Amino acid sequence: MSKKELIVSAIQNGTVIDHIAADKLFQVIKILNLEICSNQILFGTNLESKKLGKKAIIKIQNKYFEKQEISKITIVAPTASLIMIKDYEVIEKVNLSLPHTIEGIVKCFNPKCITNHETVLQKFTVLNNSPNDNIRLFCHYCEKITKEDYLTFL
Amino acid sequence: MKNKSLISITDYSKEEYLRILSLAEEFEKEPNQRIAEGKVVASLFFEPSTRTRLSFESAINRLGAKVVGFADTNTSSGTKGESMVDTIKTVSCYVDLIVMRHSLEGAARLASEVASVPIINGGDGSNQHPTQCLLDLYSIKKTQGTLDNLDIALVGDLKYGRTIHSLAIAMSNFNTTFHLVSPESLKLPSSVKMYIKERNLKYYQYTEIQDAVDKVDILYMSRVQRERFLDIQDYEKVKNSCILDKSLLASVKSSMKVLHPLPRVNEININVDSTPYAYYFQQAKNGVFVRQALIALILGLK
Repeated sequence: MSKKELIVSAIQNGTVIDHIAADKLFQVIKILNLEICSNQILFGTNLESKKLGKKAIIKIQNKYFEKQEISKITIVAPTASLIMIKDYEVIEKVNLSLPHTIEGIVKCFNPKCITNHETVLQKFTVLNNSPNDNIRLFCHYCEKITKEDYLTFL
Repeated sequence: MKNKSLISITDYSKEEYLRILSLAEEFEKEPNQRIAEGKVVASLFFEPSTRTRLSFESAINRLGAKVVGFADTNTSSGTKGESMVDTIKTVSCYVDLIVMRHSLEGAARLASEVASVPIINGGDGSNQHPTQCLLDLYSIKKTQGTLDNLDIALVGDLKYGRTIHSLAIAMSNFNTTFHLVSPESLKLPSSVKMYIKERNLKYYQYTEIQDAVDKVDILYMSRVQRERFLDIQDYEKVKNSCILDKSLLASVKSSMKVLHPLPRVNEININVDSTPYAYYFQQAKNGVFVRQALIALILGLK
């Protein structure tokens, strides 16, 4: 058994977020509010990966993510996979992929967009062709593009 | 097109634009056709505008319909703190169609999702102004005899100019070659350029108007506004690069026409007005016919 597998299986219950592009690790930590999470968390970065070159991994004890949180991970780290573990066994593995549209997760960067003034669900079309490109979101309302550098989560 | 809102120029197909333009020709021949008698149209100008509002209201009146509404938010429920969504839901109960302008981008799209009647966007911030675009298309077709395979120069504030954005998107349906003239800091944004690129159309970028003027069938002018520049010195440096003067028209195509959405400030010298190339005032007149055609189609009267 390789060392990596030992680390993953070392979580009794919880979630492993694997195949995060190495430079996205701290963004994932931030959007999931792991800074203020009291669960046991392990993470590693700049690990070797055939798919990504360098990847990062996060392991969170006793935590299973809600749909909304998973959507956030998808936007920041679309190459990631989620592995849910119970009693040291993998119970589910999900390979994330960028959706065509996203709703109610990200704020439009445009201060003059109606969605920043009226109560309305934010809707975007994802313009990226490849998960390796920086995210570009086309606002359904103001028709402006929110780029990765201006991404704010609701 | 019956009951179909027009929010963004991309909401309608090429065939639908052409249907509107051909009906507008009928209204140009006979502007007073009271086919909408008994209909009530709301004209809701959350942001003041003279030209667009009067053009719409003229079109509505010439169709024989009645207009209700407000021309600025001081007289509207907005001053009482009502949300735009609530205003639109309420007004929907009173009328057959809503024409609206709002300073916030996306306002008309949101309105179309909550209204029980169709919405025509009369401008939402720097986003879209589709009826201006339709009248631009009408003016191009009328002066050139076709919309296909033309060379069009877009001049001035290409970054924020909404009429420029809508026109670029609409003309990308007609195998247009684009000549984009603007200061370096006011180039066409990627969100608009993507429509040109998607269709593999040719486009050229310039910073001086004289480099493009002789190559085109249509010279579409817009204003470079001082307030778009953070540094006044940057504005002073470029302010004359997008100004059209009669002297620049010496060797243009004989059928070339100069268009401008108006109001003009100093970007077209008045010495251009008397040349055969000036078309901006007739262009404004075309707005009424196009709006008549659009309203008649949305109300299902044609």
